[in-house]
Amino acid sequence: MSFADRTAIVGIGESRYGKRASILDISEFALLCQAIKAAADDAGMDIEDIDGFCSFGDERHEPVRVQQALGLPRLRFSNMVWGAGGGGCSGAVMNAALAVHAGICNSVVVYRSLCQGQYQRFGQYRPRPIGGSHMAPFGLLTPAQFVALTFRRHMHLYGTSTDALAEVAVAFRSHAQRNPRAVARSPLTYEDHQASRLIADPFRLFDCCLETDGACAIIVTSRERARNLRHVPTRILAAAQASNPGWGLGPSGSHNMAIDDYATVNSRELAKALFGMAGITPSDLDVAQIYDAFTGVVIMALEDFGICGRGEGGPFAQAGNLRWPHGALPSNTAGGLLSEAYLHGLNLVIEGVRQMRGDSTAQVDNAQTCLVTSGGAQAHKSALILARD
Amino acid sequence: MSETYNKPLPRLSAANQPFLDAAREGRLVVQKCQSCGKARFPAASICSNCLSPDAEWIDTSGKGTVWSFCFFHRQYFKGFEAEIPYNVVLVQLDEGPRLYSNLLGVANEDIRAGMRVRAHFEAVTAEATLVKFMPLNEGEE
Repeated sequence: MSFADRTAIVGIGESRYGKRASILDISEFALLCQAIKAAADDAGMDIEDIDGFCSFGDERHEPVRVQQALGLPRLRFSNMVWGAGGGGCSGAVMNAALAVHAGICNSVVVYRSLCQGQYQRFGQYRPRPIGGSHMAPFGLLTPAQFVALTFRRHMHLYGTSTDALAEVAVAFRSHAQRNPRAVARSPLTYEDHQASRLIADPFRLFDCCLETDGACAIIVTSRERARNLRHVPTRILAAAQASNPGWGLGPSGSHNMAIDDYATVNSRELAKALFGMAGITPSDLDVAQIYDAFTGVVIMALEDFGICGRGEGGPFAQAGNLRWPHGALPSNTAGGLLSEAYLHGLNLVIEGVRQMRGDSTAQVDNAQTCLVTSGGAQAHKSALILARD
Repeated sequence: MSETYNKPLPRLSAANQPFLDAAREGRLVVQKCQSCGKARFPAASICSNCLSPDAEWIDTSGKGTVWSFCFFHRQYFKGFEAEIPYNVVLVQLDEGPRLYSNLLGVANEDIRAGMRVRAHFEAVTAEATLVKFMPLNEGEE
């Protein structure tokens, strides 16, 4: 039995979510502490049992500060996945599970906090070391553009339509409308999507994820310990980190990879590792939470993870397969980064746990397995397969 | 060339100095590994194919193919204001590496993946010349 199936997610905690720069009455750090306390309360465990700390995406708040603020008696494990953005999110959960399985510590909190009004704004231009010379002078400035180039190649190769992008945006918004935590809950139609302003053609406003403030935390512990806690444990059936060769060899980290790897989200090796460990196939999945920084990365991820064939991501989405409750694979059932909140994907893990517990506001009947993917079209990717215990 | 150039400029470093110097002279150069012969861009201290540190800068043909493209509708720098929506293209050089640039001399709606293009050198300040691209002339390959 692998490390993965011997651990479980037992607690989930979230602060309130708000639009970018809307949370100013409380510090980002204090908000994070709220989320961690909420996760311990949710698990029904003493917060003092937390003795491990994992994060990703250049999280600002170090474990030692969290330990002191929450009065935790022991810090036995501290770990951070490299790489900005959300690519390391599931990797952080993997590291937590590894540490628990190795007996290094009892219970690990995986956390992420993001108050963009208190610190920098993501998504906007900021000078990048190599991009400063080979991207910015040409006006190639933001992640929306980086991914627009990747997705345009997908359109060229497979004839993918922007109608597929609209379907992703509209489907996930319809899920968010059922979720009281979601930041964007107003109705969104195909026509609204097509009439929204272009940002980085082919991406329009509603193809880009939200910019939000908030904090999330989850708690990982051993499967034995999990059985004595409040909720049905969510098993970590598989966890993987991967990158195909060549990603990262260039200014944006996504343009000098192998030719047949360009119109992808760099997840084909990841999918092999993940399903290999889980011992299930993509058709066994009941529900999915797919990293949706942009609608286009969802289309390409469907293909990389083998949920549909190469080039079929657009038609697969357009057939309504991502929609709750009747689609073949209801996805981003809380609204995702596009409509719930942008917490670099940790809120996708939380929604995956809700699905495994039967607690989602768009609950898939009898859901037993959930795919969670982390990161867009970028160099470092990770993913989980969660299962109901 | 303008006294009030309002776009980001290349940032000089020891690694990219030969590239920027060549651009000022109207040449598009990339590094080539002296051990395995693989061409690479941007500059790197070792070859990712064979790990050799030995490399030379070679002149390319300046020709390539549009690999992908997008059009940007937001303005972060005053210098792009008049050009919005402007294109950004990813060009696959005939020698192998891909690089980002702008495609000149063609309307955005006529840009296609697969178009053949050639380098066009645009001196934007006394120090900086940018490598942009133009469609190949009729009859060129």
